[in-house]
Amino acid sequence: MFETSDLFLRQYGQVGIFLLFGIFFAVISLALAWLVRVRNHDPLLNTTYECGPDPVGTAWIPLNVRFYLFALLFVIFDVETLFIYPWAVIYKDLGMTGFWEMSVFIAILSLGLLYAWKKGALQWD
Amino acid sequence: MVLPVWTQSQKRAFGVLSAISIAGAGLSLAIGELSLRFNQIWKFVTSLALKIAIPSLLVQIVSMILQCSILIGFISVSVMFIVWWERKVSAHMQSRLGPMETGGWHGWAQTIADAIKLLLKEDVIPHEASPWVHRLAPVLAFVPAFLCYAALPFGEGLISADLDIGILYIFALSGISVLGIVMAGWGSGNKYSLLGGLRSAAQSVSYEIPRVLSVVPILMFAGSLKLTAIAQYQSGFWRISGVPLLPKWFIFYPFIGQVAFLIFLIASVAETNRTPFDIAEAESELVAGFHTEYSGMKFSFFFLAEYAYVFLSAGITAALFLGGGSGPILPSWIWFLLKSFFVVFLFLWFRWTFPRLRVDRLMEFTWKFLLPWSFANILIAGLVILL
Repeated sequence: MFETSDLFLRQYGQVGIFLLFGIFFAVISLALAWLVRVRNHDPLLNTTYECGPDPVGTAWIPLNVRFYLFALLFVIFDVETLFIYPWAVIYKDLGMTGFWEMSVFIAILSLGLLYAWKKGALQWD
Repeated sequence: MVLPVWTQSQKRAFGVLSAISIAGAGLSLAIGELSLRFNQIWKFVTSLALKIAIPSLLVQIVSMILQCSILIGFISVSVMFIVWWERKVSAHMQSRLGPMETGGWHGWAQTIADAIKLLLKEDVIPHEASPWVHRLAPVLAFVPAFLCYAALPFGEGLISADLDIGILYIFALSGISVLGIVMAGWGSGNKYSLLGGLRSAAQSVSYEIPRVLSVVPILMFAGSLKLTAIAQYQSGFWRISGVPLLPKWFIFYPFIGQVAFLIFLIASVAETNRTPFDIAEAESELVAGFHTEYSGMKFSFFFLAEYAYVFLSAGITAALFLGGGSGPILPSWIWFLLKSFFVVFLFLWFRWTFPRLRVDRLMEFTWKFLLPWSFANILIAGLVILL
């Protein structure tokens, strides 16, 4: 028991140090660029780029709902894949039962996909 | 029989391409050799430190920080190499020469010059932008890419954190980078950026699902999520009456392996937003997509992240489908790097072979073709294991 948790801490402690180091590297590089970069700012440089002319209106506009639909579909299917992973790891021990159970699970998922398909949620018009 | 006659430019292209590939192999040799030497030296130093009673936790932390530095070095060098390589390969596929001046020999120092240029560029934050979202986005795109390298096995014993859930960890973290891209798109206050960011997000999340599912048959065969264990599982040969025929790499599993490999490769190219799936930054319609308003170091972080993911995808492909570090004679890390760079070459090859997909075709392709096939592949693999 103790050994497992120790290993757990060691592995994820490593990941934690990677996280800190990654942030550190990013901050250091940005700071270095801040130190050495050119500063002859033209006031027009800070306008929004719209191929030359003055920008028209704001960019923060209501978005097409299809982005939301795809995000929703993604959340559903991604959670389902997380259910499939542990099953896949112990599949060889489960045998026939595991196969039928997963067949039912994937059949239900496919029905959901088919429903979204028929409803036109997968259509990017 | 008529032998094909090569034109002068084809001969030259072939010669230069092979020279470049050999140079790439040489570079990876040098990097790997260095890190392996380092490993030995490090073991010696650790034992010495333990002898003179320095606390082991401290030794471990210092060791991890050194590993981080090596990996950052590796990422930077390999990204620089891949960028230069891409430019050369692209150029020769179009009968051009590509960079030839910088550094002398075939423009080898071109990317270094580019990096210095990017460091010196002035920083632009548009008036319309949300300043902190704009600043944080590149960091958020890069850090997960770096974190993923922690669990990438570069060969036997060359892995920083050999997590039990290795492959899941990499998929989970590479999903976070989408957030950085959406933040860049939204935070720039630019219509092109917004559209590019959202398209990229929709595309990445859609291709994530077949990508994650296509790996499931491998997990069923190998019975582990650990990348080293999966690579280990693929060592050895299939023999017909004692004669080794094919290595037991997953890509050689009849049908299941090829389907999984194709789905994974296509989805990986789409995940990294590269041509033919680069509608997110389609320059003919969206300027530069989500990084339209980025310049200098912040831009280079997006660039770094993209190419870090390219090598990461290639590395995972090598570990999952091409047997990781298994191979004869040469040490395992050479095999790993050779296989990875081969997959990177496939990525570059795709770029100049396939035309860009239209956005509706792109989404339909993953949801209506790749996803059903990956489900089917899981069930077929299940049946094969049972029989």
